[in-house]
Amino acid sequence: MNLASDFCGIKSPNPFWLASAPPTDKEYNVRRAFKAGWGGVVWKTLGLDPHIVNVNGPRYGAVWGADRQLIGLNNIELITDRPLATNLAEIKTVKRDYPDRAVVVSLMVPCEECAWTDILGQIEDTEADGVELNFGCPHGMSERGMGSAVGQVPEYIEMVTRWVRNATRMPVIVKLTPNITDIRYPARAACQGGAHAVSLINTLSSITSVDLDDFCPEPAIDGKGTHGGYCGPAVKPIALNMVAEIARDAKTTDLPISGIGGITTWRDAVEFMTLGAQNVQVCTAVMTFGFKIIDEMTAGMSSWMNSKGFTSLDEFIGRAVGNVTDWQYLNLNFVTKARINQDLCIKCGRCFAACEDTSHQAISMSADRVFDVIDEECVACNLCVNVCPVDDCITMERITPGQIDLRTGAVVPDGYGNWTQHPNNPMANPAA
Amino acid sequence: MVNTVRAGKLPEEQIALNFSELHPPLDERQAAVEAGRCYFCYDAPCISACPTSIDIPLFIRQISSGTPEAAGLTILDSNILGGFCARVCPTESLCEEKCVREVAEGKPVEIGLLQRFATDRVMELEDHPYEREASGGRRIAVVGAGPAGLACAHRLAMKGHDVVIFEQRHKPGGLNEYGIAAYKTVNSFAEREIRWLLGIGGIKLHTDRPVRSVEDIARLRSNYDAVFLGFGLAGFNSLAADGRQLENVEYAVEFIEQVRQADDLSDVSVGNDVVVIGGGMTAIDAAVQSKLVGADNVTILYRGDRERMKASSYEQDLAAHRGVKIVANAQAVAFEGDERVQEVSVTRRSVAGREDCVVERMVADHVLLAIGQTLVEPPVNLATEHGKIAVQGAGRTSLDNIWAGGDCVAPGDDLTVTAVAQGRDAAEDIHASLCSR
Repeated sequence: MNLASDFCGIKSPNPFWLASAPPTDKEYNVRRAFKAGWGGVVWKTLGLDPHIVNVNGPRYGAVWGADRQLIGLNNIELITDRPLATNLAEIKTVKRDYPDRAVVVSLMVPCEECAWTDILGQIEDTEADGVELNFGCPHGMSERGMGSAVGQVPEYIEMVTRWVRNATRMPVIVKLTPNITDIRYPARAACQGGAHAVSLINTLSSITSVDLDDFCPEPAIDGKGTHGGYCGPAVKPIALNMVAEIARDAKTTDLPISGIGGITTWRDAVEFMTLGAQNVQVCTAVMTFGFKIIDEMTAGMSSWMNSKGFTSLDEFIGRAVGNVTDWQYLNLNFVTKARINQDLCIKCGRCFAACEDTSHQAISMSADRVFDVIDEECVACNLCVNVCPVDDCITMERITPGQIDLRTGAVVPDGYGNWTQHPNNPMANPAA
Repeated sequence: MVNTVRAGKLPEEQIALNFSELHPPLDERQAAVEAGRCYFCYDAPCISACPTSIDIPLFIRQISSGTPEAAGLTILDSNILGGFCARVCPTESLCEEKCVREVAEGKPVEIGLLQRFATDRVMELEDHPYEREASGGRRIAVVGAGPAGLACAHRLAMKGHDVVIFEQRHKPGGLNEYGIAAYKTVNSFAEREIRWLLGIGGIKLHTDRPVRSVEDIARLRSNYDAVFLGFGLAGFNSLAADGRQLENVEYAVEFIEQVRQADDLSDVSVGNDVVVIGGGMTAIDAAVQSKLVGADNVTILYRGDRERMKASSYEQDLAAHRGVKIVANAQAVAFEGDERVQEVSVTRRSVAGREDCVVERMVADHVLLAIGQTLVEPPVNLATEHGKIAVQGAGRTSLDNIWAGGDCVAPGDDLTVTAVAQGRDAAEDIHASLCSR
């Protein structure tokens, strides 16, 4: 299967890049990643000399499942803590040895035009494929007016992006922070400033846990803790939504997106791409399992494409964007009821507890533990489906238009009808 | 002829290995993963399947949330011998049989092992976790220090009563101490658990103090505010077979007791060809242990269909796995030999490929009878039912101020956990009854 990717002019043999983070901190790691088969890397963020320092205690905190599955990871690591020249020399030799892979360099310098102009010249000398402006990191650097401190102010994003565009011919990717209220504003600002693409999400401000003996947030540094950036599987839903919001925004429709946030398997990657991401960047998954997961990702994407009859990435990129809409346009005439498959039911009663205690009292329980849906009460909320431990035991069945919805006593109308037309909506614009 | 029933048939190391713990305990991580499998069912079926009604989903959730001691207390609140029950309960036919994951996928949550994990944490604590209510000055006599008597005594002590236990044997514990396979309760657990249980205070334990005569009971009734009888079944069913008196034909319970009480397992004597007669847990425990101390061939003879055996299929598989042969529809009719047993005559029905009953002779130098135990006529005129003490409600006998529980009451299912429930409930009833006077 041909997985070749072209992301705003940057070519890579597959759409899987490593995000700017510890895995791309130096030549040694990046060479291992390329040997393993990764399509590209975004080099760990460079800054001005003298280089920053990191804490000398723990940098990561985590949220685990019962079998210590890593669900979320939090970090307080800063940008590279090595001299600029060391990084530049390594980038140059790696790119020379791997001309077919994408090497993009992440940057974070103060909000002064000369600082950006100066460093961009040095990046160009490495013959890297492009730059990514780190307006995303929510910890440490933001206190110094960089990272998410820039990403949270659309005017700053536009200003710095414009400086960068004026100073270099390289493709410019703007990395966005999710620590804002509406992701479309920073994306539009990047677009206004001339960015070739955006990448998102960077990490979410977070405290993963509190030590209940020391009363200190984790990870603890000498009895104190600070918020870090949260990533890993737990943040994927947040990232998917933000990617989709930008993809369907008329003001940024043509802006390429590099999808980031909890991508762990080929399926996650495909989901991001159907919502408009042209490629993806991975970090926590390789920090958990190592670089070898690329084999599963490329094989999985290939076999899925094969099963769908796709021959190139373009055939499915953005395929789901048209199906993301606003609440007000959802079809209110789509009426469903929960259905419990009694052959599959194991009689745990979780659907009953959930519905009875927290929802609509729409499930009955008999003395011999038979659980049934009460159509007169069921609002089709889907909670029973979600809490049921058995696959496909509870499903939603559509009530055919023309039949009566026992909850409302009304006939289910044929066709499409949404809130904008609903009589209860004072702003309704009823269909003529 | 030499006596082939003798000790030392296996090297000591082999015996030690044979009697290592049947189910090793879960470590913290294993417990967390297993606890994560519990669905926290609504009105959970496992709770109703437990004779002591332990709130199983709650204690498992407490393990999940990292509070195993709280989980242990949830268990012990309902079943003060929860540690022992975690080891010996036939969970495959109680809570785990009703676990929805057993129904769904044939792999229940390992409730027994989780229960052990939690109760072990509590028993590791320095102090006994329960406190006594202020003493009300009432005194209660408990006859028998088995599971029923101990559970009753502990609950009464909690309620502020002063309890005196009279145990006829040298050690407390009843069948927990004398009658259950050693590999289910290693490292003198039964003994340690009783020491822990008595840590509540207010319980005086007298061992080697049988309560036998009418006068004994009368004295208890007049000296104490209430009496609880939990003396189990001390008699044995008789077997209508010739040659019962031959040497090396003994009761399985006595054999198990020798194993349990042996300081050194290589001192336990066993035959080369052991025949166990019976179909319950005692038969399995005796058969498996005779194999483990060095018998060459061990056969269980059960007179009915295999499905009717009281030992669960899990227990039957355990026996088969240890090399015990189970023959159903086989009735021992006579033991033969001069002085010592040498053969058993067996009538077999429904043998595949043969139509009528057949009589076979089996080589047997050691016969263990596990055909059930009976109530020794109690030294007081109590109403009985099916040969056991008849009770109403929470263990009320036909006489005022006398309660009973455990194996000695009808109908009885011979389970430790049932005895605990009956002892506990009788204690609550005694307390309520004394308070209302």
